Amino acid sequence: MLRRLLFILPLLIFAAAAAFFMWGLDPERDPGEIPSVLIDKPVPEFSLPPIRGSEPGESTSTGLSNADLSGEGITLVNVFASWCMPCRAEHSILTDLRREEDIRLVGINYKDEPDDALAWLDELGNPYDAIGADMEGDAGLEWGISGVPETFFVDNEGIIRYRHVGPIHETEIDDLILPILEELR
Amino acid sequence: MRRVLLFALFCLVLPGAALAVQPDEKLDDPALESRARELSSEIRCVVCQHESIETSNAGIARDIRILIRERLAEGQDEDQIREYLVSRYGDYILFQPPMKPATWLLWFGPGFVFLIGLTAVIAYLMKRRSGQTAEQLSDDEQRRLKQLVEEDTRP
Repeated sequence: MLRRLLFILPLLIFAAAAAFFMWGLDPERDPGEIPSVLIDKPVPEFSLPPIRGSEPGESTSTGLSNADLSGEGITLVNVFASWCMPCRAEHSILTDLRREEDIRLVGINYKDEPDDALAWLDELGNPYDAIGADMEGDAGLEWGISGVPETFFVDNEGIIRYRHVGPIHETEIDDLILPILEELR
Repeated sequence: MRRVLLFALFCLVLPGAALAVQPDEKLDDPALESRARELSSEIRCVVCQHESIETSNAGIARDIRILIRERLAEGQDEDQIREYLVSRYGDYILFQPPMKPATWLLWFGPGFVFLIGLTAVIAYLMKRRSGQTAEQLSDDEQRRLKQLVEEDTRP
Protein backbone atom coordinates (compact mmCIF):
# COMPACT_ATOMS: atom_id res chain seq x y z
CA MET A 1 0.00 0.00 0.00
CA LEU A 2 2.74 2.43 1.03
CA ARG A 3 4.68 1.41 -2.06
CA ARG A 4 1.77 2.22 -4.32
CA LEU A 5 1.41 5.61 -2.62
CA LEU A 6 5.07 6.29 -3.37
CA PHE A 7 4.42 5.63 -7.06
CA ILE A 8 1.53 8.11 -7.15
CA LEU A 9 3.46 10.78 -5.21
CA PRO A 10 5.34 12.29 -8.21
CA LEU A 11 2.05 12.57 -10.10
CA LEU A 12 0.46 14.38 -7.16
CA ILE A 13 3.41 16.76 -6.90
CA PHE A 14 3.21 17.43 -10.62
CA ALA A 15 -0.54 18.11 -10.42
CA ALA A 16 -0.03 20.58 -7.55
CA ALA A 17 2.77 22.36 -9.40
CA ALA A 18 0.74 22.45 -12.63
CA ALA A 19 -2.24 23.98 -10.83
CA PHE A 20 0.04 26.60 -9.32
CA PHE A 21 1.52 27.48 -12.72
CA MET A 22 -1.92 27.67 -14.31
CA TRP A 23 -2.90 30.15 -11.63
CA GLY A 24 0.31 32.12 -12.27
CA LEU A 25 -0.28 32.24 -16.03
CA ASP A 26 -3.91 33.33 -15.78
CA PRO A 27 -4.09 36.50 -17.92
CA GLU A 28 -6.97 37.80 -15.77
CA ARG A 29 -4.76 37.89 -12.71
CA ASP A 30 -2.99 41.17 -11.97
CA PRO A 31 0.23 40.35 -10.11
CA GLY A 32 0.67 44.02 -9.19
CA GLU A 33 -2.62 44.16 -7.34
CA ILE A 34 -2.28 44.92 -3.65
CA PRO A 35 -5.24 43.91 -1.52
CA SER A 36 -6.50 46.84 0.52
CA VAL A 37 -6.44 46.32 4.28
CA LEU A 38 -9.08 49.00 4.72
CA ILE A 39 -11.92 46.87 3.34
CA ASP A 40 -14.64 46.40 5.99
CA LYS A 41 -12.94 48.97 8.21
CA PRO A 42 -14.36 52.37 9.11
CA VAL A 43 -13.13 55.28 7.00
CA PRO A 44 -9.87 56.73 8.33
CA GLU A 45 -9.94 59.98 10.24
CA PHE A 46 -9.25 62.97 8.06
CA SER A 47 -10.43 66.52 7.64
CA LEU A 48 -9.83 68.52 4.51
CA PRO A 49 -10.65 72.15 3.63
CA PRO A 50 -12.48 73.07 0.42
CA ILE A 51 -10.46 73.94 -2.69
CA ARG A 52 -9.65 77.62 -2.34
CA GLY A 53 -8.57 79.43 -5.48
CA SER A 54 -6.20 82.38 -5.50
CA GLU A 55 -9.05 84.80 -6.35
CA PRO A 56 -11.23 85.63 -3.35
CA GLY A 57 -14.61 83.91 -3.49
CA GLU A 58 -13.33 81.23 -5.83
CA SER A 59 -13.85 78.11 -3.82
CA THR A 60 -15.82 74.91 -3.61
CA SER A 61 -18.49 75.15 -0.95
CA THR A 62 -17.56 72.58 1.66
CA GLY A 63 -14.54 70.58 2.66
CA LEU A 64 -14.62 66.91 3.48
CA SER A 65 -13.99 64.90 6.62
CA ASN A 66 -14.68 61.39 7.85
CA ALA A 67 -17.74 62.70 9.72
CA ASP A 68 -19.40 63.39 6.35
CA LEU A 69 -19.19 59.75 5.34
CA SER A 70 -21.54 57.97 7.71
CA GLY A 71 -25.32 58.06 7.86
CA GLU A 72 -25.53 59.47 4.37
CA GLY A 73 -26.29 56.35 2.36
CA ILE A 74 -23.78 54.92 -0.07
CA THR A 75 -20.93 57.30 -0.77
CA LEU A 76 -18.29 56.99 -3.44
CA VAL A 77 -15.05 58.65 -2.38
CA ASN A 78 -13.11 59.48 -5.52
CA VAL A 79 -9.47 60.53 -5.30
CA PHE A 80 -8.71 62.74 -8.30
CA ALA A 81 -6.45 65.50 -9.60
CA SER A 82 -6.52 67.83 -12.58
CA TRP A 83 -3.03 66.64 -13.60
CA CYS A 84 -4.21 63.05 -13.82
CA MET A 85 -5.23 62.01 -17.31
CA PRO A 86 -7.20 58.86 -16.42
CA CYS A 87 -9.26 61.06 -14.03
CA ARG A 88 -10.39 63.10 -17.03
CA ALA A 89 -11.51 59.91 -18.77
CA GLU A 90 -13.27 58.73 -15.62
CA HIS A 91 -15.03 62.04 -14.98
CA SER A 92 -18.02 61.55 -17.30
CA ILE A 93 -18.55 58.00 -16.04
CA LEU A 94 -18.64 59.21 -12.44
CA THR A 95 -21.00 62.03 -13.46
CA ASP A 96 -23.40 59.50 -15.03
CA LEU A 97 -23.18 57.23 -12.00
CA ARG A 98 -23.99 60.12 -9.67
CA ARG A 99 -26.99 61.10 -11.81
CA GLU A 100 -28.43 57.66 -12.39
CA GLU A 101 -27.78 55.85 -9.13
CA ASP A 102 -28.88 56.65 -5.62
CA ILE A 103 -25.43 57.51 -4.33
CA ARG A 104 -23.39 60.42 -3.07
CA LEU A 105 -20.14 61.24 -4.79
CA VAL A 106 -17.44 63.07 -2.89
CA GLY A 107 -13.94 63.93 -4.04
CA ILE A 108 -10.49 64.12 -2.54
CA ASN A 109 -8.54 66.50 -4.72
CA TYR A 110 -5.08 64.99 -4.42
CA LYS A 111 -1.93 67.15 -4.54
CA ASP A 112 -3.44 69.64 -6.94
CA GLU A 113 -2.99 73.33 -7.60
CA PRO A 114 -6.28 74.88 -6.38
CA ASP A 115 -6.62 77.09 -9.47
CA ASP A 116 -6.02 74.14 -11.80
CA ALA A 117 -8.53 72.03 -9.91
CA LEU A 118 -11.20 74.75 -10.05
CA ALA A 119 -10.59 75.29 -13.77
CA TRP A 120 -10.85 71.53 -14.34
CA LEU A 121 -14.19 71.40 -12.52
CA ASP A 122 -15.39 74.47 -14.46
CA GLU A 123 -14.52 72.84 -17.74
CA LEU A 124 -15.86 69.33 -17.12
CA GLY A 125 -18.58 70.08 -14.60
CA ASN A 126 -18.67 69.34 -10.89
CA PRO A 127 -20.53 66.13 -10.04
CA TYR A 128 -19.18 66.04 -6.47
CA ASP A 129 -21.41 66.64 -3.46
CA ALA A 130 -18.35 67.73 -1.50
CA ILE A 131 -14.64 68.04 -2.22
CA GLY A 132 -11.72 68.17 0.16
CA ALA A 133 -8.38 69.55 -0.97
CA ASP A 134 -5.52 67.24 0.01
CA MET A 135 -2.63 69.51 -0.92
CA GLU A 136 0.10 67.55 0.87
CA GLY A 137 -1.28 64.08 0.24
CA ASP A 138 -1.72 63.31 3.96
CA ALA A 139 -5.30 62.11 3.53
CA GLY A 140 -4.11 60.01 0.60
CA LEU A 141 -1.74 58.17 2.93
CA GLU A 142 -4.51 57.70 5.50
CA TRP A 143 -6.62 56.08 2.80
CA GLY A 144 -3.67 53.96 1.70
CA ILE A 145 -3.81 55.02 -1.93
CA SER A 146 -1.03 54.13 -4.35
CA GLY A 147 -1.97 56.60 -7.06
CA VAL A 148 -4.85 58.50 -8.65
CA PRO A 149 -7.58 57.89 -9.49
CA GLU A 150 -8.87 55.57 -6.82
CA THR A 151 -12.45 55.20 -5.68
CA PHE A 152 -13.67 53.86 -2.35
CA PHE A 153 -17.24 52.66 -1.83
CA VAL A 154 -18.46 53.56 1.66
CA ASP A 155 -21.72 52.24 3.07
CA ASN A 156 -24.26 54.00 5.27
CA GLU A 157 -22.35 53.06 8.43
CA GLY A 158 -19.18 54.68 7.16
CA ILE A 159 -17.48 51.34 6.47
CA ILE A 160 -15.26 51.00 3.40
CA ARG A 161 -16.64 48.12 1.37
CA TYR A 162 -14.79 48.23 -1.91
CA ARG A 163 -11.73 49.93 -3.36
CA HIS A 164 -11.29 50.51 -7.06
CA VAL A 165 -7.69 51.18 -8.11
CA GLY A 166 -7.39 53.18 -11.32
CA PRO A 167 -10.21 54.73 -13.31
CA ILE A 168 -13.64 53.15 -13.38
CA HIS A 169 -14.06 52.11 -16.96
CA GLU A 170 -17.34 52.22 -18.86
CA THR A 171 -17.21 48.48 -19.50
CA GLU A 172 -16.97 47.79 -15.77
CA ILE A 173 -20.22 49.56 -14.82
CA ASP A 174 -22.67 46.73 -15.53
CA ASP A 175 -20.52 43.79 -14.52
CA LEU A 176 -18.69 45.18 -11.53
CA ILE A 177 -19.87 48.52 -10.18
CA LEU A 178 -23.67 48.10 -10.26
CA PRO A 179 -23.59 44.65 -8.59
CA ILE A 180 -21.44 46.09 -5.79
CA LEU A 181 -23.83 49.01 -5.31
CA GLU A 182 -26.74 46.56 -5.29
CA GLU A 183 -25.04 44.56 -2.57
CA LEU A 184 -24.44 47.64 -0.44
CA ARG A 185 -28.08 48.72 -0.48
CA MET B 1 40.26 64.78 -26.03
CA ARG B 2 40.25 61.53 -24.13
CA ARG B 3 39.83 63.38 -20.87
CA VAL B 4 36.84 65.26 -22.25
CA LEU B 5 35.27 61.99 -23.35
CA LEU B 6 35.89 60.42 -19.96
CA PHE B 7 34.39 63.43 -18.24
CA ALA B 8 31.33 63.22 -20.49
CA LEU B 9 30.98 59.54 -19.60
CA PHE B 10 31.37 60.36 -15.93
CA CYS B 11 28.58 62.95 -16.21
CA LEU B 12 26.32 60.38 -17.85
CA VAL B 13 26.82 57.97 -15.00
CA LEU B 14 26.46 60.59 -12.28
CA PRO B 15 22.63 60.95 -12.03
CA GLY B 16 22.27 57.20 -11.66
CA ALA B 17 24.31 57.27 -8.53
CA ALA B 18 22.12 59.90 -6.87
CA LEU B 19 19.66 58.64 -4.27
CA ALA B 20 15.99 59.48 -4.40
CA VAL B 21 16.08 61.20 -1.01
CA GLN B 22 15.94 64.95 -1.64
CA PRO B 23 18.01 67.36 0.43
CA ASP B 24 14.91 69.13 1.72
CA GLU B 25 13.60 65.91 3.25
CA LYS B 26 16.63 65.26 5.40
CA LEU B 27 16.55 65.67 9.13
CA ASP B 28 19.14 67.85 10.87
CA ASP B 29 19.87 65.20 13.48
CA PRO B 30 22.23 62.69 11.82
CA ALA B 31 21.27 59.87 14.20
CA LEU B 32 17.57 60.27 13.43
CA GLU B 33 18.33 60.63 9.74
CA SER B 34 20.22 57.34 9.67
CA ARG B 35 17.37 55.62 11.54
CA ALA B 36 14.96 57.05 8.97
CA ARG B 37 17.13 55.70 6.16
CA GLU B 38 17.36 52.27 7.69
CA LEU B 39 13.59 52.10 8.13
CA SER B 40 12.97 53.48 4.62
CA SER B 41 15.09 50.78 3.05
CA GLU B 42 12.77 48.09 4.38
CA ILE B 43 9.55 49.81 3.31
CA ARG B 44 8.28 48.87 -0.12
CA CYS B 45 7.19 51.54 -2.57
CA VAL B 46 3.55 50.72 -3.35
CA VAL B 47 3.83 52.15 -6.86
CA CYS B 48 7.06 50.55 -8.08
CA GLN B 49 6.53 47.48 -5.86
CA HIS B 50 10.05 46.08 -6.17
CA GLU B 51 11.89 49.10 -4.95
CA SER B 52 12.20 50.46 -1.44
CA ILE B 53 10.92 53.97 -0.78
CA GLU B 54 14.54 54.88 0.01
CA THR B 55 15.47 54.72 -3.68
CA SER B 56 12.11 55.37 -5.35
CA ASN B 57 11.29 58.64 -7.03
CA ALA B 58 7.51 58.08 -6.84
CA GLY B 59 5.47 60.80 -5.15
CA ILE B 60 3.98 58.42 -2.60
CA ALA B 61 7.46 57.13 -1.70
CA ARG B 62 8.54 60.69 -0.95
CA ASP B 63 5.40 61.24 1.16
CA ILE B 64 6.13 58.14 3.21
CA ARG B 65 9.80 59.13 3.65
CA ILE B 66 8.63 62.48 4.99
CA LEU B 67 6.03 60.79 7.20
CA ILE B 68 8.72 58.51 8.66
CA ARG B 69 10.93 61.49 9.44
CA GLU B 70 8.09 63.49 10.98
CA ARG B 71 7.14 60.63 13.23
CA LEU B 72 10.72 59.85 14.24
CA ALA B 73 11.18 63.51 15.10
CA GLU B 74 8.02 63.31 17.24
CA GLY B 75 9.70 60.50 19.17
CA GLN B 76 7.85 57.49 17.75
CA ASP B 77 9.89 54.33 17.36
CA GLU B 78 10.32 52.12 14.29
CA ASP B 79 7.70 49.59 15.39
CA GLN B 80 5.01 52.24 15.81
CA ILE B 81 5.71 53.64 12.35
CA ARG B 82 5.75 50.19 10.79
CA GLU B 83 2.46 49.40 12.52
CA TYR B 84 0.89 52.56 11.11
CA LEU B 85 2.07 51.83 7.57
CA VAL B 86 0.82 48.24 7.79
CA SER B 87 -2.56 49.50 9.04
CA ARG B 88 -2.81 51.59 5.87
CA TYR B 89 -1.13 49.42 3.24
CA GLY B 90 -1.01 45.91 4.69
CA ASP B 91 1.96 43.58 5.22
CA TYR B 92 2.76 44.12 1.58
CA ILE B 93 4.52 47.36 2.40
CA LEU B 94 7.16 45.51 4.46
CA PHE B 95 9.94 43.85 2.50
CA GLN B 96 10.34 41.37 5.35
CA PRO B 97 6.98 39.68 5.89
CA PRO B 98 5.94 39.26 9.55
CA MET B 99 5.72 35.85 11.19
CA LYS B 100 2.08 34.79 11.46
CA PRO B 101 -0.03 31.74 10.50
CA ALA B 102 -0.66 33.10 6.98
CA THR B 103 3.09 33.39 6.33
CA TRP B 104 4.24 30.17 8.03
CA LEU B 105 4.48 28.42 4.68
CA LEU B 106 6.67 31.25 3.42
CA TRP B 107 8.98 31.13 6.45
CA PHE B 108 9.13 27.40 7.09
CA GLY B 109 8.32 26.02 3.63
CA PRO B 110 11.95 25.78 2.41
CA GLY B 111 13.12 24.17 5.68
CA PHE B 112 10.20 21.75 5.50
CA VAL B 113 11.09 20.72 1.94
CA PHE B 114 14.72 20.31 3.06
CA LEU B 115 13.61 18.05 5.92
CA ILE B 116 11.59 15.88 3.53
CA GLY B 117 14.65 15.52 1.29
CA LEU B 118 16.91 14.78 4.27
CA THR B 119 14.50 12.11 5.54
CA ALA B 120 14.39 10.51 2.10
CA VAL B 121 18.19 10.43 1.85
CA ILE B 122 18.59 8.99 5.36
CA ALA B 123 15.91 6.38 4.69
CA TYR B 124 17.65 5.41 1.47
CA LEU B 125 21.06 5.09 3.11
CA MET B 126 19.70 3.07 6.04
CA LYS B 127 17.94 0.73 3.66
CA ARG B 128 21.09 0.22 1.65
CA ARG B 129 23.11 -0.62 4.72
CA SER B 130 20.55 -3.05 6.13
CA GLY B 131 20.22 -4.46 2.61
CA GLN B 132 23.89 -5.44 2.72
CA THR B 133 23.40 -7.53 5.86
CA ALA B 134 20.37 -9.19 4.31
CA GLU B 135 22.53 -10.34 1.45
CA GLN B 136 24.70 -12.34 3.83
CA LEU B 137 23.97 -16.05 3.69
CA SER B 138 21.95 -17.80 6.33
CA ASP B 139 23.38 -20.76 8.23
CA ASP B 140 21.61 -23.25 5.96
CA GLU B 141 22.98 -21.56 2.89
CA GLN B 142 26.48 -21.49 4.41
CA ARG B 143 26.32 -25.22 5.03
CA ARG B 144 25.07 -25.86 1.50
CA LEU B 145 27.79 -23.68 0.06
CA LYS B 146 30.42 -25.50 2.06
CA GLN B 147 29.00 -28.78 0.84
CA LEU B 148 29.10 -27.70 -2.78
CA VAL B 149 32.64 -26.41 -2.50
CA GLU B 150 33.78 -29.63 -0.85
CA GLU B 151 32.08 -31.71 -3.53
CA ASP B 152 33.78 -29.66 -6.18
CA THR B 153 37.25 -29.88 -4.66
CA ARG B 154 37.01 -33.65 -4.14
CA PRO B 155 39.43 -35.42 -6.42
